[in-house]
Amino acid sequence: MMMIKFILNGEHVEIESDPSRRLLDVLRSDFNLIGVKEGCGEGECGACSILLNHHVVNSCLLPLGNIINQEIMTIEGFKTTKRYQIIEQAYIDAGAVQCGFCTPGMVMATESLLHMNPSPSDFEIKIALSGSLCRCTGYNMIIEAVKIAAERGEGLW
Amino acid sequence: MKDMMYAKTIRSKIVKGTIKSITIPPLPEGYFTVSREDILSKNIVKIIFEDMPYYSTGEINHLNEPIMLVVGSDMEIIKQIVDEIKIEYSEENGVFDESQKTIAYHFKKGNPKRAFKNAEKVIEMTYHTGLQEQAYIEPQGFIVYEEDEKVTLIGSIQCPYYVKNAVVYALGCSSDQVRVIQAAVGGAFGGKEEYPSLIACQLAVAVKKVHKPIKLIFEREEDILSTTKRHPSRITLKAAINELNNVTSISADIAIDGGAYTGLSSVVLSRAMIAVSGAYTFENLEVLGHVIKTNTVPNGAFRGFGAPQMFFAIEMFMHHIAKETHQDSFAFRMRHIARQGDKTSTSGTFRDPILLEDLIRVATEKSKYHSKALAYSQPGIYKGIGMSIFLHGCGFTGSGESTHIKAQVKLLKTKDGLVHILVAAVDMGQGIKTTLPKIVSQILEIPIERCIFNYPDTDNVPDSGPTVASRTIMIVGGLVARAAKELKENWIDNLEQIVTKRYVQPSYIKYDESKFKGDAYPAYSWGVSVVEVSVDPITYQTKILNVVSAYDVGKEIDERIIQGQAEGGIVQGIAYGYLENMSANKGVIKQKNLTDYIIPTTLDVSKMSTYILDNPYQYGPFGAKGAGELTLIGGAPAVALAIQMAINKNITKIPVTPEYVMELMHDDD
Ligand code: FES
Ligand code: FES
Repeated sequence: MMMIKFILNGEHVEIESDPSRRLLDVLRSDFNLIGVKEGCGEGECGACSILLNHHVVNSCLLPLGNIINQEIMTIEGFKTTKRYQIIEQAYIDAGAVQCGFCTPGMVMATESLLHMNPSPSDFEIKIALSGSLCRCTGYNMIIEAVKIAAERGEGLW
Repeated sequence: MKDMMYAKTIRSKIVKGTIKSITIPPLPEGYFTVSREDILSKNIVKIIFEDMPYYSTGEINHLNEPIMLVVGSDMEIIKQIVDEIKIEYSEENGVFDESQKTIAYHFKKGNPKRAFKNAEKVIEMTYHTGLQEQAYIEPQGFIVYEEDEKVTLIGSIQCPYYVKNAVVYALGCSSDQVRVIQAAVGGAFGGKEEYPSLIACQLAVAVKKVHKPIKLIFEREEDILSTTKRHPSRITLKAAINELNNVTSISADIAIDGGAYTGLSSVVLSRAMIAVSGAYTFENLEVLGHVIKTNTVPNGAFRGFGAPQMFFAIEMFMHHIAKETHQDSFAFRMRHIARQGDKTSTSGTFRDPILLEDLIRVATEKSKYHSKALAYSQPGIYKGIGMSIFLHGCGFTGSGESTHIKAQVKLLKTKDGLVHILVAAVDMGQGIKTTLPKIVSQILEIPIERCIFNYPDTDNVPDSGPTVASRTIMIVGGLVARAAKELKENWIDNLEQIVTKRYVQPSYIKYDESKFKGDAYPAYSWGVSVVEVSVDPITYQTKILNVVSAYDVGKEIDERIIQGQAEGGIVQGIAYGYLENMSANKGVIKQKNLTDYIIPTTLDVSKMSTYILDNPYQYGPFGAKGAGELTLIGGAPAVALAIQMAINKNITKIPVTPEYVMELMHDDD
């Protein structure tokens, strides 16, 4: 057990815990952030995606001890931003959400991409989302959503 | 939930044999094992064919068969207990060939014997299809709790009443003692049709012992290794060809591997058998089908339900016949396509207009099928284009709707004019939480926000049947539409009103299940898919270049929802044909996670275009028919035909993996 401090959705938090625990479990059970999903537990599906210092990572592969003093953003935190609203509306308009299980992870990957590259090409979008599996859509509607978001959110990223 | 307990399943480590002994260490306080000794009534999962126990009887029939649950409050301690429990087995040899047949069906149309006797030529081929894993992104899971005597289950499920009925049967209690609530559920594709009933029965027995809420969520590996998948098949087809080079009869011998327990396999088999003609009409048919039992994980429902296997086989076979008889494959297929008024494979009638010619025209024009097929048939190009033509019978096979399901729906209008749509149908991404309110709001001419659809809870909604078989919009939606019309006629402001509607089979539908005779389905949806690929001659990898599909789903109620179903369905279908590779070796499944079992990512999909032609069905809401499964069916044959063109070799099995392509390309040259 040790005291671990980090920044979660813009707030300084600390938790007394085993540093080897998966960040995914900590977020879901200790902070009740259930927008972070577990699909595989092994870094394959992206359902557990969060932002670590603005870069998308799989929280199922991230031990709590690795994030000391780092900035973590989950979908719950991201929801309060203007950028989220743009992405959300773009996902709805493009029909990019079917069951929605993959959506929080996809949205985080979208934010991470647009943060680095505000006007990505189709191929860059595909690469950026390739770590997130979706079994319902055929991806094209998600790719379309990212393009719409990039266009509408010009200047925000 | 307060005092939540967790559970982990102990599973068999052998493929076949019996349990000699189980040694359980002394358990800490508050920890329990739950097994068949705790069962209050029956140790059977109530599905169609009742042969599957939910806690092992002591006889093991497949690897990872559930034996007991360990329940307690701390997962780490549970895991330790699981490790310490010792089970000794006496092992036997498993069976993996076709020697054990559990179900045998047979049917005929016309006079196949005579057709074969008079044939100018007989052509025969055998096709094989592999396992496919649903790979829903959300694993299986339930929460169960007890209040007074009543057991409530909240789960990731497709069919709340299947679960409820199974649990009532397992506990031997009255129906009001079990409540099933659907949790928000991820796309399930059939994977949560019958399998969750097994976990639900285990948990119901556990909660009766432990009397505390219990949560059980599968880990991905456990999910892949122990839940149902698409049935592998072996399909042998024989065609009688006459002097005009037309097919006069097909004889088919179909075997699907049901795994260790039969479950739904008989229904999957009958759908596969009925699909024997593909989207063509053959005057004479002889069809033999078997479910075989092997010592592998049981197989079950998966979008398409037996049809994808059969459509792969018949589409490849039609192409093969054309080649063997030296005719243009496109013209040959066009001569055989089904037309309005033709007799179906089960000697029923295609009563409604069939738009196949239009669908084929749209799909071939938009994909430039003809010019590309010509260009790609030159050697050394390693590109191919394949077209599949297919149909899907909407709803349950035969009189299933009227004799087994008897769907009921309810509309409840509150005093303040909100209309609650009370059905047991589950939205798992296919969009019914949009489509059903849309139907009601259009008929009642009220804003869609006033039409409420909530996740079903068996205490509140009637049994409108399972969310399967592309039946939700056509059957449940049709009933909802009728209820809405009635409500509209009798609408009284400021009054609570309830309208209930029950399914009645259109009177012209007659089907004899034992003989496979008559109208197997009330209506059919149709489709054409064209897939274009390139094959790398060095790595043997296939790349999808373009996909064009055209569908007749009656009438689309929501364009974007249909487009989503279409794209998601064909991606799954194409992947079934070339990418998704799951195999079992002597009962041991070799792919155990999403690292080994590859499903498509953004990098595997190409541009896709979908065209919908209207052909309203009189009994569907606004003319809609089923759409959910149709879109998957054409994927595998289209991609396999495309690869076949690219490498100019005969493909007889899916998935067409790079290994298989390599084998074919090295063959004979
Ligand atoms: S749960 Fe983390 S990648 Fe799948
Ligand atoms: S929408 Fe269901 S997994 Fe993506």
